[in-house]
Amino acid sequence: MMNRDECFEVLKRHVTDEVVVAAYSSALEWNDLNPRVLNFFANGAMGLGSSHALGLALAFPDRRVVVLDGDGSLLMNLGSLVSIAAAAPKNLVHFVCDNECYEANGGHPIPNPKVDFAGLARSAGYAHVHDFSEMRSFEQQVGHVLTQDGPVFATLHIKKSRPLVYKYDDLYKASRRVALKAALQSTS
Amino acid sequence: MDAAIATKADAAVLTGAKIIAAIKQSGVKFVLAVPDIVTSKGLLFPIADDKELKLVRVCKEDECVGIAAGLSYGDKRALILIQYTGFLDSLNAIRAVAVEYKQPIVMMVGLLGHEPERQPAESGRYGVRIIEPICDAMGIPHHFLSQDADIAKIKPAIDKAYSESSPVAMLIGRRPS
Repeated sequence: MMNRDECFEVLKRHVTDEVVVAAYSSALEWNDLNPRVLNFFANGAMGLGSSHALGLALAFPDRRVVVLDGDGSLLMNLGSLVSIAAAAPKNLVHFVCDNECYEANGGHPIPNPKVDFAGLARSAGYAHVHDFSEMRSFEQQVGHVLTQDGPVFATLHIKKSRPLVYKYDDLYKASRRVALKAALQSTS
Repeated sequence: MDAAIATKADAAVLTGAKIIAAIKQSGVKFVLAVPDIVTSKGLLFPIADDKELKLVRVCKEDECVGIAAGLSYGDKRALILIQYTGFLDSLNAIRAVAVEYKQPIVMMVGLLGHEPERQPAESGRYGVRIIEPICDAMGIPHHFLSQDADIAKIKPAIDKAYSESSPVAMLIGRRPS
């Protein structure tokens, strides 16, 4: 099992001009570590991060889109695995942070903590699927994961994190969406 | 219903090819869809074969809301083609993304079981009857399409949604031919 903030520190070293779509606890932690205009947090309804990412990936086929999903979030939109696999965007990399609980909603366990997200993604038809429990392995392979032809999926088995302060108003403010769109359109 | 009214109602048509032409004239490049028997033959099958439109098939209707929002960051226009049951199932996504975050979400919603000669609010089917009041409560503009004359509403509705970054629902009250 890994720490999410340590995974994100490693990920941060590899992220350049990708759009990073992050959900709930992952969004808070990613934004703390790496605040940038190309972060997208406006998922709106739980589970929609992967769908927003598919739209972004289709709109910007020459730019990579990285999803930092949650296990509870992905369970609310499992069908998106099939939809993404069918649309087959080569530029989409989908991480799920699996800590076996609804962290942002009190830490209650997900219905089946042993669910195999990587297996689900593989069955859905993702082009490449990974499963990481050890930091050393993740550190060695993350660069490769981020550059494979997508859609790529990777489970990050993580521990429950330190307590987070959920400031959604800041994450979801309209100015972030305006700035993201301007940045994407000025550089694409 | 007297004979004259019945004849007029029976003669009304909603032509799928004309709807698709209006969609294209509106700059739509992506159609995001879950199959709906109301629009299956007249819209979805032809759209699937249309080289100018990219069809994205999804598993559940609320996915369409996220995808359309994502596409809008690249100024790519999308049409969500779903049944009213899927619209109802997607209300939280529509509430958040389309209404509260003011994203351009364009929906074409098949009214399964609707009687074409009636207005949706007068439908004998409860699920259809509540669609317009729900749109009104959420502040979502809506347009009823049940005959070819209504197709002229499509382009202005889509242009307005994208120029104002706001949602719109077009309700399909008759199976397009």
